[in-house]
Amino acid sequence: MKQREITANAQKTHVCDLCAIICIYRSVSRKSNALHIFCRLSLVNYTSNKVPMISIRNIVKQYAGHKALSGVSMEIEKGKVFGLLGPNGAGKTSLIRILNMITAPDGGEVLFNGEHLGRKHIEQIGYMPEERGLYKKMEIGEQVLYLAQLKGLSRHEAMRRSKMWFEKLQIQAWWNKKIEDLSKGMQQKAQFVATVLHEPELLILDEPFSGFDPVNADIIKNEILELNRNGTTIIFSTHRMESVEELCDTIALLNRSHKILDGKVTEIKNSYRNGTYLLQYAGDKAVAGPDAPFSVLDEKLAGTGHSMKLRMNPGRTSNEALHYMLPQATITHFEEVVPTMNEIFIRTVNEQVNK
Amino acid sequence: MNKILLIIQREYLSRVKKKSFIVLTFLVPALFIAMFALIAYIAVKGSDLGEERKVQVIDQTGVFEGKLQNTATMKYVYTGGSFEQAKASFLKEGYNYLLLIPANEGDVELLSEKNPSALTIESIESGLSRVAEARRLKAAGIDTAMLAQAQRRIAVKAKQITEAGEKDAQTYTAYAIGFLSAFLIYLCLLIYGTQVMRGVIEEKVSRIVEVIISSVRPMQLMLGKIIGVGLVGLTQFVLWIVISVGLSIAGGSIMAKKVTQSQQAQVQQMQQIAEDRKEIRQMAKPDNAAQTIMQSIESIPVAYTVSCFLFYFLFGYLIYSALFAAVGSAVDNETETQQFVFPITLPIIFTFALAQSFIINNPDSPLSVWLSMIPFTSPIAMMIRIPFGVPGWQLALSMFLLVVGFLITAWAAARIYRVGILMYGKKASYKELIKWFMYRE
Repeated sequence: MKQREITANAQKTHVCDLCAIICIYRSVSRKSNALHIFCRLSLVNYTSNKVPMISIRNIVKQYAGHKALSGVSMEIEKGKVFGLLGPNGAGKTSLIRILNMITAPDGGEVLFNGEHLGRKHIEQIGYMPEERGLYKKMEIGEQVLYLAQLKGLSRHEAMRRSKMWFEKLQIQAWWNKKIEDLSKGMQQKAQFVATVLHEPELLILDEPFSGFDPVNADIIKNEILELNRNGTTIIFSTHRMESVEELCDTIALLNRSHKILDGKVTEIKNSYRNGTYLLQYAGDKAVAGPDAPFSVLDEKLAGTGHSMKLRMNPGRTSNEALHYMLPQATITHFEEVVPTMNEIFIRTVNEQVNK
Repeated sequence: MNKILLIIQREYLSRVKKKSFIVLTFLVPALFIAMFALIAYIAVKGSDLGEERKVQVIDQTGVFEGKLQNTATMKYVYTGGSFEQAKASFLKEGYNYLLLIPANEGDVELLSEKNPSALTIESIESGLSRVAEARRLKAAGIDTAMLAQAQRRIAVKAKQITEAGEKDAQTYTAYAIGFLSAFLIYLCLLIYGTQVMRGVIEEKVSRIVEVIISSVRPMQLMLGKIIGVGLVGLTQFVLWIVISVGLSIAGGSIMAKKVTQSQQAQVQQMQQIAEDRKEIRQMAKPDNAAQTIMQSIESIPVAYTVSCFLFYFLFGYLIYSALFAAVGSAVDNETETQQFVFPITLPIIFTFALAQSFIINNPDSPLSVWLSMIPFTSPIAMMIRIPFGVPGWQLALSMFLLVVGFLITAWAAARIYRVGILMYGKKASYKELIKWFMYRE
């Protein structure tokens, strides 16, 4: 976040804030094209805003019987929540495993922060797999410490942070309990703590809400959003479309090892608008004649009045539809029907299947 | 490297802290001591433990009457009468056996309700033979005392000639040490190898493995587990030895007193019984026997043997546990391990079976030498051979091959492991394993 502000200022002055101060202090004139003439922020940091967190370029992954990923490319911007969607077997887990360096791709490359993805990035990635698990016989606190130490934290630091997190999620009383003695929700919370304890830049969550009751799912969702506000990039693999609309900035849709759709959620939804509106009115049934600027898709009784789904004829606007209906009925409700992500998901996948 | 240490630490502590570890650590030496105490007790009091058996003897030759030696378990009662009469009535009269000696001394029959034990038959046979032999010798005019003198056994004293000079060869001690160390290695390969396999299955089943290998390489996890479990084994061993030695010293001194007393009693008995067998007296003299054992133990190069044992224990364990880890990664639960575990344990069991029967008797035969070179059989085969003396170059070559064998095995196992741990619900076949092995990183 801090970096972004510096960059924003720098666009005006061409020198970062710190260097500008040093310039004044040393009474040196500002060089117009150098951002960091004195401070140690590197060029990579300067461009960090434009370099995506993850660039996936033409990834191919082949297993004995089938192709898991065939030439998949996508970019994941910094500080965003990215939704990785797709039906079962589409290749999501394969892609996630490649990002985690659990497996290597057969072709293509992955850039992390503009660099080739390698072992040194492991400590900047946090991963919560869909199939979750912890050592059953191990104490929960010890377990979280162990996993955090494997990610490179010192024991002391891991202790400090996990105490804080346990307090925050109200599971501190269970620190010395064995996993097998805990409820499922409690285990999941511990797992979440273990995932985020090393404060990764990139958090990869595979179906993070499965197994949580609504209350705990909400707690975890808020924690995820808070991490995101503090600058963590989040990749989020799920089937649950309502959470996609709620959380994700951008998505990519995988099906049968291919990427079939990606982009900003709002843009995707706009591109799937097709002039369909929902109109509700009180009183008797209205009649839409042949001169109406729309065609009626569906009409039914709703409470004391009626509900009508209509599609605008080409070139006509929603105002014209209202204008046409106003003399006939008392309009109580009028809205555009924008397809939900769920509909887009199903439609796109089916289109591809038919192809 | 740091991460491997973390993994080793966890694997080690999580096992050492378990109740089962503590129980096993104290129980096994106690059981061992109890076992030895029982053996010693039976050895000392064995003759008193068997119940007395009555043998009805009908001797038509008249030669054996009163000459068969009664022992603690055998009592001969001489009766007259015909065979048929005796056969009809002996069960009712409370005899266990009926011994029929016809006039011509051949076709001696022993009748009983149950099958007689081999030991019983043998003791009766030797009793009869001895009496018959003495009678025949007497008939031929040979003095039995002179004969005993002439028959005196010659004891061979085995000595090894080495560059350092002559020394006493301790064949029996070599036997014992070779067998014991081979047995321990055999046991450990199976026990701790299986523990590694269980650990891998546990991680796979609880699905934690995916989280861990997003932090460390699969190879690190595998090696960390193997080394951690190996250290647990080593700890257990050291504790067993310390506890056993402690208990033995405490219990041993008490036992030794009793054994000596009863042995002396036995010796006196034997002296009376077998006056003509003087060598028995010699053999059974407790002081001499104890001295001999002490001497032969001292003559074994302890540091050399122990370090060889540790080396073969360690690398034998490493090579097999890598295989066990690969098996653990290939299955979803323990019941599926059967088909893979069998071929792994086969060379262990095969070598151990051969070790007891063949290698220990022919430590320098070509087969023994070959077995002590092949990495999968050398930990057991070489430990049998070492107390008998192994040429330096053979030992060096065997160790070298074992280390190389371990590196290759660990590499191959890791290739299967890294794929296997991520495969769920797929029944692995050998074909599948080969495919996994061929996958690129």
